[in-house]
Amino acid sequence: MMRYLIPLFAFMVLAAFLLVGLTLNPRQVPSPLIDKPAPVFQLNHLHEPDKVMASGDNLGKVWLLNVWASWCVACRDEHPLLVQLANSGIVPIYGLNYKDERTTAMQWLKRYGDPYTISIVDSDGKVGINYGVYGVPETYVIDKKGIIRHKQIGPVTVESLEKTIIPLIIELQKQA
Amino acid sequence: MFKDHNQHDLALCQLKRVNGIVIFLFLILIIPSLAWAKEAIPVAEDPEVEKRMLALTMDLRCLVCQNESIADSRAEFSNDIRREIREQIKANKNDQEIIQFLVDRYGDFVLYNPPMKPTTILLWFGPVALFIIGFGSLIIYLRRRRRQIEDVPLSEAQLKKAEALLNENKGKNV
Repeated sequence: MMRYLIPLFAFMVLAAFLLVGLTLNPRQVPSPLIDKPAPVFQLNHLHEPDKVMASGDNLGKVWLLNVWASWCVACRDEHPLLVQLANSGIVPIYGLNYKDERTTAMQWLKRYGDPYTISIVDSDGKVGINYGVYGVPETYVIDKKGIIRHKQIGPVTVESLEKTIIPLIIELQKQA
Repeated sequence: MFKDHNQHDLALCQLKRVNGIVIFLFLILIIPSLAWAKEAIPVAEDPEVEKRMLALTMDLRCLVCQNESIADSRAEFSNDIRREIREQIKANKNDQEIIQFLVDRYGDFVLYNPPMKPTTILLWFGPVALFIIGFGSLIIYLRRRRRQIEDVPLSEAQLKKAEALLNENKGKNV
């Protein structure tokens, strides 16, 4: 009996590992920046290039930093959701226009709607590297103390908003 | 004389036109090479920096095309990281500082050589553990089998039968 049970048991362990492996997404590399202070930046506004926004300006409120570009196709998928979220007034969204052309970016926003409280420009992607951006879109939830609490890799979806992002924002807003 | 002058003018004019064509052709020839020269600049800029950058990026994973190193990959992401590393080398950062910079931002996943820590113990020692388990059970199995072979004595009837067979052959004188 044992000689049949042992291979069966070994097979089941292997199958369990493979099954878990199937549900993992190798594209989603967990960010080491979670629960760490958001990297500081000072970047020019997209619409008013002579104005500068610093990451410290948002201390005291929970905010989203959405990395996007007009050349990014997946950004178009998530964009209506961001516009809805911005209209709901739950949380201010700041747009990091990543490695893009100013004029095309502004046209893009005019065409698809502008959910951003402020859009800032990271034309050479340097701030992107500091935030560990390796694909667009990416969205960061940053709390009142300026600490990154969540990173959404790839476009936000209705599911990720309802299950993760919005509950997290509401919880973070309760904190002092 | 007047005519001569005119002819001279014409000749000069033609010469100018020929000159213009030559310059135009020359420009056509040289413009693409200028463009190439511009693109090749980063490599030729500083061979030492390039060598160190390549050595570093060989062991770093491109997060976009995950089976390629940053040195091999032509993805936009790898271009940016290579540029970043070049700049840091020029700023006199050592290799460890540069790698730490990337690990801080992208995690251990960028390293093709994972560091030894509690979460990677299985990765580092799993194969050795599997080998020991496999080799151990092979030895146990072989020992048990040998004992089984040794330990089974022939019964009284089997012994007599064997003796009879042997005796039979003796008589025939093979």
